[in-house]
Order: sequence, then structure tokens, then C-alpha cells
Amino acid sequence: MIDKVQDSPKFVEVRALRQSGPQQRSFWERFRVEYEPDMNVITLLQRIAARPRTADGQDVAPVAWDCNCLEEVCGACTMVINGRARQACSALVDRLLEDNPAEIELRPVTKFPVIRDLMVNRSRLFRSLSKQKAWVPVDGYYDMGAGPRQSEEEQQAAYPYSQCMSCGCCMEACPQFRKIELVQRDDESDEDFAAREQAEFDRNFVGPHAIAQTMLFNQNPTGRMNADERLDALTSAGGIQVCGNAQNCVAVCPKEIPLTTAIAQAGRAATVHTIKRWFDQ
Amino acid sequence: MAKQRAIVIGGGLAGLAATMKLAEMGVEVDLVSLTPVKRSHSVCAQGGINSVNDQTRQLGDNEWSHFDDTVYGGDFLQHQPPVKEMADWAPNVIDLMDRLGVTFNRTPEGFLDRRRFGGTLFKRTAFAGATTGQQLLYALDEQVRRQEEAGLVKKYEYWDFLGPVLDDAGQCRGCVIQDLVSMEIRTLAADAVLVGSGGPGLIYGRSTMSMVCTGSAASRCFQAGVKYANGEFIQVHPTAVPGSDKLRLMSESARGEGGRVWVPRTPQDPRSPDQIPEAERYYFLEERYPAYGNLVPRDIATREIFNVCTAEGLSVESERLCVYLDLTHLPRELLDTKLGGILEIYEKFQGVDPRDVPMKIFPAVHYSMGGLWVDYDRTPEGGLMLGSPRNQQTNVPGLFAIGECDYQYHGGNRLGANSLLSCIFSGLVVAPGVVNFFNGLSSNAADLSASFFDAERQKHQEQHDSLLRRRSGKENPYLLHQELGNVMTRSATVVRHNDILREAIETVHELRDRADKCALSDTGNWTNQNVVFTKSLLDMFPLAFTILQGALARDECRGAHYKPEFAMPGIEADSPEEKRRLAEEWCDRFEANTNKWLKSTIAEYDASSREVRLSYEEVDTSLIPPRPRLYGLVGAETIEEVWKERTVKRQDGAGGNGSPAQTKDTVASQ
Repeated sequence: MIDKVQDSPKFVEVRALRQSGPQQRSFWERFRVEYEPDMNVITLLQRIAARPRTADGQDVAPVAWDCNCLEEVCGACTMVINGRARQACSALVDRLLEDNPAEIELRPVTKFPVIRDLMVNRSRLFRSLSKQKAWVPVDGYYDMGAGPRQSEEEQQAAYPYSQCMSCGCCMEACPQFRKIELVQRDDESDEDFAAREQAEFDRNFVGPHAIAQTMLFNQNPTGRMNADERLDALTSAGGIQVCGNAQNCVAVCPKEIPLTTAIAQAGRAATVHTIKRWFDQ
Repeated sequence: MAKQRAIVIGGGLAGLAATMKLAEMGVEVDLVSLTPVKRSHSVCAQGGINSVNDQTRQLGDNEWSHFDDTVYGGDFLQHQPPVKEMADWAPNVIDLMDRLGVTFNRTPEGFLDRRRFGGTLFKRTAFAGATTGQQLLYALDEQVRRQEEAGLVKKYEYWDFLGPVLDDAGQCRGCVIQDLVSMEIRTLAADAVLVGSGGPGLIYGRSTMSMVCTGSAASRCFQAGVKYANGEFIQVHPTAVPGSDKLRLMSESARGEGGRVWVPRTPQDPRSPDQIPEAERYYFLEERYPAYGNLVPRDIATREIFNVCTAEGLSVESERLCVYLDLTHLPRELLDTKLGGILEIYEKFQGVDPRDVPMKIFPAVHYSMGGLWVDYDRTPEGGLMLGSPRNQQTNVPGLFAIGECDYQYHGGNRLGANSLLSCIFSGLVVAPGVVNFFNGLSSNAADLSASFFDAERQKHQEQHDSLLRRRSGKENPYLLHQELGNVMTRSATVVRHNDILREAIETVHELRDRADKCALSDTGNWTNQNVVFTKSLLDMFPLAFTILQGALARDECRGAHYKPEFAMPGIEADSPEEKRRLAEEWCDRFEANTNKWLKSTIAEYDASSREVRLSYEEVDTSLIPPRPRLYGLVGAETIEEVWKERTVKRQDGAGGNGSPAQTKDTVASQ
């Protein structure tokens, strides 16, 4: 087990950046949660939800946050904890207190619009997977026998990329990935707003995760048959050329996906693709 | 007539498989999920997916044998035709997932690699590292995104299913859903609603299940009149890592790759595990089950681990119960390529590298074999009539159930790596039946009046508003949930006793009455997680009663349901004659019990009294006659000998398989 912090504290001080709804002013609130062994940030938020009272005794609405699997495979509970984008479930309180015994600071990620408190709208992240056609375009779902044979090396190379859980950490760390927050106009239908938002997403940077997924499918024996379509998307507005090679993404990925390797491969493939398209003209 | 649509509730493996297949067949689908579908609980499945394969086939395996293992492992409580069909389809399901790009581990020659899982002697399990569920889910998620782009699927992510909409004739015509962000309530019209909402683990407080696994969608169907079957059959997984927020699964694949379970022979031996010599280690599963070793079926492994810690007092630690799950003797490279995902989870959450130090694990609630009752259409040969609308349809016409939330495939106990199979299979097999169901309809939901749907919406809106207004109560939904979890875990998990179950039913009644007085800490109408949780808590009670009452009524041991009072221990005797006599007695008792209890528990909810009523249903055991589960039992050879003689005698006499279960009467009791 983890070495316990010497003289475990009685309480854990939690400071959360709150926001009641989109485009509203954010504010800090401080909570005091009774310490328990083996806590993580999820447990802290669960205790706050059960008894939403600030450290100075004010009853408030519970802090909203997103989570699901609690074992760092679903990607839901991404937030900024003590300044670092990560999953709340794998953020162990004892470890956080070793770094800063005074408090644990929770903020929503900054690259996606806040819905409420620590909950953000990450639909853009999934939109970029559509834009990149990140799937194997099989003929259909009838029985056609086994898939293509693959070597162990190919499988071992693809596997890390297939673990991407769309958590958003790489986008949070990326200097080229900027927040897009549109507001629905009074006279705008839901469909029109969705279309406008999608166009805006598509014009802007797809993000490191989508580049990596592009390369995953372009290396798949069936997926590579449509590699050009994905490279068309990757060399369009918001594509690979936006990447400034800061290499922050790979440093923060909780699944240690070799994102920069994918980006380098994608860059080379995009160059070849662009030249090829130029000759095709 | 307007175009027919389907609604799928839940975006896990079953829901996505059904959505993808329906879209391929030209049916437009509204896909409703509490969470973005890519974050569904299926991601937590680790070990793999089973099918007979070219290699096992040459070692004597076949589809029938996979079917037999599943039925034997499930203690014969499942209707056999759907299980047989699933085993027959299994190789095709894995082929399809392979084509969709799942990164299955490979052999040096480039074929799919396989490992062994519990309850079988064959290496049937295909796997993608130790994150197989995640990889399978992503492949389906990608296809559904592709169908979404093609305009065939509309996703409602972060929407809660509040209940089905039934017309006056009791047919399902759509459902009511609520936006978890804006709290807007609306109805969706559809000609078929497919519920694939997963298991109800949160009823037990902490389990290996994800936070969306409240069982609320299944409970809302149950409360609307869908039967719930075999609720008392809850699988407790042998190996999980206890945590304050969740009990994290440690996959069976750890044992499949050679992991060994042991405790020090000296109680609470203070030495570090690597200092304890082999002779002083008690590999209790290997000693007691020489054939299956660490890979006995889950219900057995769980009881043994539980017993070794409680009755035998050999828990590794004194303050909390746990045993060692040891991988340290295995090569690091093998561990990294085949089990990396789960070892990282242990390392991240426990701060210890399980490649160097044995893991400390204990059983945890993991899977519900029971679920919404569904029908099937049997062929004369004993398979499924493919394309029949009866397949996976509940007793409410137009309402189907698939995946973990149906009761169909696993009987009294599920074998490892069969759940990913049953989820994908039920999702694929339901689609043609839905299409044929559409063809047989005389009117479409979309043609019904707007006021019909609006009345339903209004009903749910009023319930929602009244919950928000309820400020007088003092009860806290989160603390009540903890209490409910404690009661359920104490009474209805590994070992069950009637007096404790009776007490638990009373306590849960009290908790439900207190929950009626829950006060909300958030009364707003924007992303109100408090009210959503409270609603799901209220819906846990009908299922909790179903589990407890079913367990109380079932006076026997079957699969995961274990009551020591009704256990049938092995036989020991000095003389062969005496042994023989005891074996005859044992078999008599087994036959009597089969006659009495080989039947599915069927629960129905009475909305006016808020009580659950039980009845029982015959099980179709026409393909494989029930036989005693003898894994590791003392005297098993003699019992088996006697049993075989009886089987031969019965077959000679009856000219058929003459299973005793087929002649029994349906018993209806409370």
C-alpha cells in the first residue's frame, strides 16, 4: 500500500472553482472533508455531494462533476487538479497531500465550455473523430469470415492508440487547441445552432487525439484502403498543419499514448499526400 | 404510415451492436445514454471474449462444448436454445469484431491469440491486452459514429430514460427521456424500444460496476409492467481491489495467464510474501480443485476466498479481508503484453507494482445474471428462430431487452468472458426480429396523437417538479444509498441466510419509506445531479426487493445463490459399499431438488401496493439434461458413477433424455 502521510490530517481542504452555468462568472468555494484512508478526488466530491456545506458553514448546491468507471478507462472525470489535467478517479488524496498538504484545488478543464462547475461540454472531441472518419469502413455487419491476418508487431504498435479514452487531457495541454464556446441565438433553431457549431469545430484544430486515431486507422489493414480520405481531412483547415510541435500532449496523456510519434508520422504522410494531390490535379 | 423508428436505451456493447445492426438494416435509431456512449460501463470489461476456435476444435472442442460449459457453469438455470445459438454464433461474433479493427492480441503467425478462462479446460478466450471490453466498445462506437454521419442514428447523450410509454393496449410506443444538462423532459415516439442499460450494481453501494449502473432504466421498465427474472442471481467476482469509492475489478485473465491465489498457512503471517517459502503457502484453489485449479467457475472461487478469510481465519491482513493473487513468478514481458491494462490499474490505485509484489484482492459484486424477462422463439432443433420478433422481446409488446439487463444467457452463474459475447450477440440477434416486428404492425407510433405523448410527458414533469419542491424531509439520498448498499452486501452476496434476508427485507422497506422523505440539496433546473441521483435511488428499491425476496424464497444452492443450510456437501466413507449408498442418497436428493427448484424466479411489480410478487417459470433443459455440478466435491467420482448409471437407465426407459426437470410441475409461491 501507499505510504501513509505522516500523521494523517483530520480534514482535507478542497478548493473548487464553481460556475452555475455557461458564460456565468466563476467563483471559488472551499470545502472541508473529513479525511479517510485511500481517498481519491472522486471520494472527496462524493462526500461534498452528500453534505454540500462550505468550510465556513454555508449550505450550497453540491458541486457538479462528470464520472463513470472510476478506474481510468472511461475518460469521463477529467478535471484540473492542483494545476494538472487528469482523471479525478486516479488522483489519490494521499499523493496530492504529499505535494501540497494545505489544500487540493479543483478546476474544470479550460479548453471546453463549462456546463456547470467541473462539468464541461466535450462534444467537439467526438466531432473531430467523425471529421477524421476514425473507423474501419467495413462492407457490413454480416459474417464475412475473419479479418486480415496481422503480425504481433502490428498489433503491438496499434494497441496503445486503441486505448485512447477521449478524455481531453492532450487538448487541455496543447497551446494550439483553443476553446470554442458559441451561444445559441434566440432566433436560431437547435439544428441551425448544431450546424454552426460543427462548422466552427471543423475549421479549428482537431487535436492530438484525432491525429493519433487517424494514424491508427490508416495503419489498419482494411482502414488503410481509405487512408486518402482521412489525409484529406487531416490536411484541411484545422488539420495537422496547426500543430506547433510543443509536445505537451504526450507528456500529459494518462494512457502514455505515443501521440508525438503519431503526429510525426501523420506529418510525413500529410506531406506526401499533399504532393500526390498536387500531381493529381 | 410514417416511417418506423427504434429507440435504443444504453450505449454499451449490446446497445451499440443493436444500433449498428438496425442502421445497416435501414432502421433509424434514437440512441439514448446517460453518458457519451464511448464512456459506457463495457469499457471496464478486461479479460476477453469466448468462442470455440480452430485450435480448440482440434483438441476436441466444439460449439456444443462451449454451450455445455456455459449451461453447466450456470447450473442449468438458463433456457438452452438461446445459449446454444450464442455458442454457435460466437466464432462469427469474434470474426466481425476482428474485421471492425479490434486490436486483438496475435500469435507469432498472425492469428488471434487465445487464453484460458474459468469453467472450461479450453483456451477459448480472444483478448486485446487486458482492456478487451474497451476495445470492443470502441469498435462499435466507431461504427455507430459512422452510421450517425450517414444520418441513420441520432444520439441523445447525457439523457436519462424515465420510462416507456405504453398505449391503452399495453404496447410500447416510445419513451420519456430527460436531458441531464437542461433538465428538459420530452417524449420520443418509436415502434420498438430496446433496453440495453446494463446491471444494477449500485444497489449494493460499491461494486465493480460504473456509476451509471444504477439499474434505474431496468427498474422503470419493471415498474411499468415488464417481468424481472432471476434477480437473486448476482455474481460476486472473486478478485477485486477494495477502494473507498469503488471495488476495482482484477480480471480473471490474471489467473488465465497463470496467476495463483494463496494465503500464508500461518494466519496473518507478518513476513512479506516473497519471504514465505512455498511449503508455507496455501494454494487453496489448486489443492481443492486439481482439474480447474485457479480457474474454477467464479461462484466457487468466490466462496472459497470468502471462506478461507472468514471461517478459516487465514486472511492476509487482520483488519481487512484479503488473499494474495500472485503474478510475480511470471515473466515481465508476458505480463506487459497480455495484462498491462489491469496491472497499471492496480499500480495506479494501490501504488504497488503487481509484477514485483502479490496483489491483495477480495470478492466484489460484479454482474447480474438476472434481469428483464425476455422471450425467444425456438426451432425444432433447439436453436433460435432467427428474425423472430419474439427473440429478446419482453412481455410488453414493442419493448425489448438486451445485454446484461436481460436474464437470458447465464443462468445461475456466468462464466468469465461470456458476457462480452452475450452482449454483442443479443444486440446483433435482436435487430432482424425488430424489423419483422415492424412489418407486422398495423399502426405506427409516429401516427399517434401528440396529446397522447404529451400526457405522458406531463406525468413525468409533475413527478420531477414535486421532487424538487419536496423540501420538508430530512433524509439524505446519498447516506440512504450507503445504508441500502450495506444491507444488500451483508444479506445478498456470497453466503445467504433466511433470517438475515428476512431482516434485510424489513430494513429495505424502512429505507424506502425514509427515501420518500428525501430532501434535495439542489432544487434548481440546470444540471441537477442531486435530483437525478435521488430518482435512481428511489428506483433501486423495487429491484432490491426482487433480489432479496427471490433469494429468501429459493431454499437451495444454485450457482451464485448459496445458502449453507441447503448445501449438499460431498460424501466420505471407508467402505466402497457405504460410499456407494451415500452417492445414491446424494443423487436422490439432487433429483428431488432439481424437481423442486430448477425454475426461473419471475418477479412482477404491483404499483398500487409497491410490492413485488414472485412466481416461477419452467426452464427449457431439453438439449442438455441437468446434472450435478461436481467441481472439486469430495466423493465426486462415486456420485458421477451413480449419476451416469441413472442417466443410462432413464434413457433406456424413456427413449428420450428423460431429464427429471422436464416432468416437474410449475410451482407458484410467494
